[in-house]
Amino acid sequence: MIGGHTSSPQKIVDHLFRHEAGKMIAVLSRIFGMHNLALAEDVVQEAFLKAMQTWTFERIPDNPAAWLMQVARNKAIDVIRRQHNFQHCSKEIAQQLQHEAENTVEQYFSANEIADSQLRMIFACCHPLLNEEDQVALTLKTISGFSTAEIGRALLTNEATVQKRLYRAKNFIKENNVQLEIPAGNQLQPRLDMVYTVLYLLFNEGYNSLKADELIRKDLCMEAMRLCLLLTERNATPQPAAFALLSLMCLQSSRFSSRLDENNCIILLEQQERSKWDTELMDMGYYYLNLSSKGNMLTVYHIESAIAAEHCMAASFEETNWQRILKLYDLLLLHKQVPAVILNRAVVLSQLHQTTAAIKEIMQIENIQKLLQTQYIYNAVLGDLFFKNSDADNAEKYLTAAYKLTSSTSEKKLIADKLTAVYNG
Amino acid sequence: MKEFMLIFRSVSRAANFSPEEMQAHMQKWFAWVEDLRKKEIYSSGAPLMKGGKMVKGPEALVTDGPFAESKEVIGGFFIIKAENYDAAIAISKDCPDLPLDGCVEVREVMKM
Repeated sequence: MIGGHTSSPQKIVDHLFRHEAGKMIAVLSRIFGMHNLALAEDVVQEAFLKAMQTWTFERIPDNPAAWLMQVARNKAIDVIRRQHNFQHCSKEIAQQLQHEAENTVEQYFSANEIADSQLRMIFACCHPLLNEEDQVALTLKTISGFSTAEIGRALLTNEATVQKRLYRAKNFIKENNVQLEIPAGNQLQPRLDMVYTVLYLLFNEGYNSLKADELIRKDLCMEAMRLCLLLTERNATPQPAAFALLSLMCLQSSRFSSRLDENNCIILLEQQERSKWDTELMDMGYYYLNLSSKGNMLTVYHIESAIAAEHCMAASFEETNWQRILKLYDLLLLHKQVPAVILNRAVVLSQLHQTTAAIKEIMQIENIQKLLQTQYIYNAVLGDLFFKNSDADNAEKYLTAAYKLTSSTSEKKLIADKLTAVYNG
Repeated sequence: MKEFMLIFRSVSRAANFSPEEMQAHMQKWFAWVEDLRKKEIYSSGAPLMKGGKMVKGPEALVTDGPFAESKEVIGGFFIIKAENYDAAIAISKDCPDLPLDGCVEVREVMKM
């Protein structure tokens, strides 16, 4: 029992439980086997409940993370002890086997092995035979400690859908006996590419979706960066592509807070207050971009990061080196011939006073009519370009279509402002 | 000033919280306890282990309880100082578990 001693308000670091959940699940799944993921999740939940109970009535331990790991370790050893798999050997051998098993469990809880287990878990969640949305859901659940509700909020879908995805993914892991391992030999590269794709997706979900609330979007971006950092820190995986991706994420997120005003309205790059950009993140971005240039590997992440760096380095919108950015987009197109890249390149063309050419490029995108029917962004950009070209009729046509297609209020507001400008000629 | 025992044996929804939510919930408890300490209302307290037994009657009948199926999240007790029951109840109303269907038992400690 403790007395009425005073202490400073108790506080633990943000997201401690969430981050520790990912670590504990990775280690425990390595101990219990990936097919016992549910058991690992239960043990983690018990550890948190125990922490809540103990820390509330007593005090927060000096090292809360280590405390949680210790509880997880003890519970893991309990589970191992309860197994009676040594029936067909003498007591002496059984004891020895038991002893060895416990030693191994102990080792798995060393800092180095915890990180290693997390890496293995990332590889398992990004299994190439899982579809993309299942990979993302599973990653957020098992590695990042998100609940189904939180995943739903982050990915703008409902809880039932997330549950379905998780069920599908976990079932797949069980049925296919997916192991927690780092792919060997020539399997490593394709799997790494898959991991990059998932992390890139995770980041973009957070960075681009304006409908989810700001807090959870930031969490997603931070999570993607945290996992990417983990990739760069492990011996098995420090690759130019991982550095390039991390650099891209740092540079993009340096502008995170300056993209919306206090009323949650979008502020375009041109109007953003560059002094609000996070210089620390920018410097990290340059640092990792530099590291990514070692070796002879050039990935789309390198090019996209270089584009982001150009924007960050420009002192003002007017001073942006559009010529160099255009060259980078040309290069990107060689690696990634997708409508979104063509669209962004067209915007750059327009900055270089080639608006007519820009419109033509967009109109020549394969399936452009279908894109115009379903996606607001193509309409919004076209409307903008026509307005620049003093073609009010077309500007109105496309901006109106864009207005109808987006459900985000901040995007609607932005388009409505532009329409007003069109009407006022 | 009288002393009251607040007994928490909530079957709280927090048991199914996500890690992030649990941390946030725990933070509320920290803040509450801290506040009671500052106001010198809080005397002492301790967590209680899960489960528990009841021993009853001349036969000393032993049963699990009082909440056998209990999913106690924060199980434990505080001793607090308060003028009277009303004051003790007012304090209990700030318990962070209440919005989650939690429950606080308030008992006055008899002064010997």
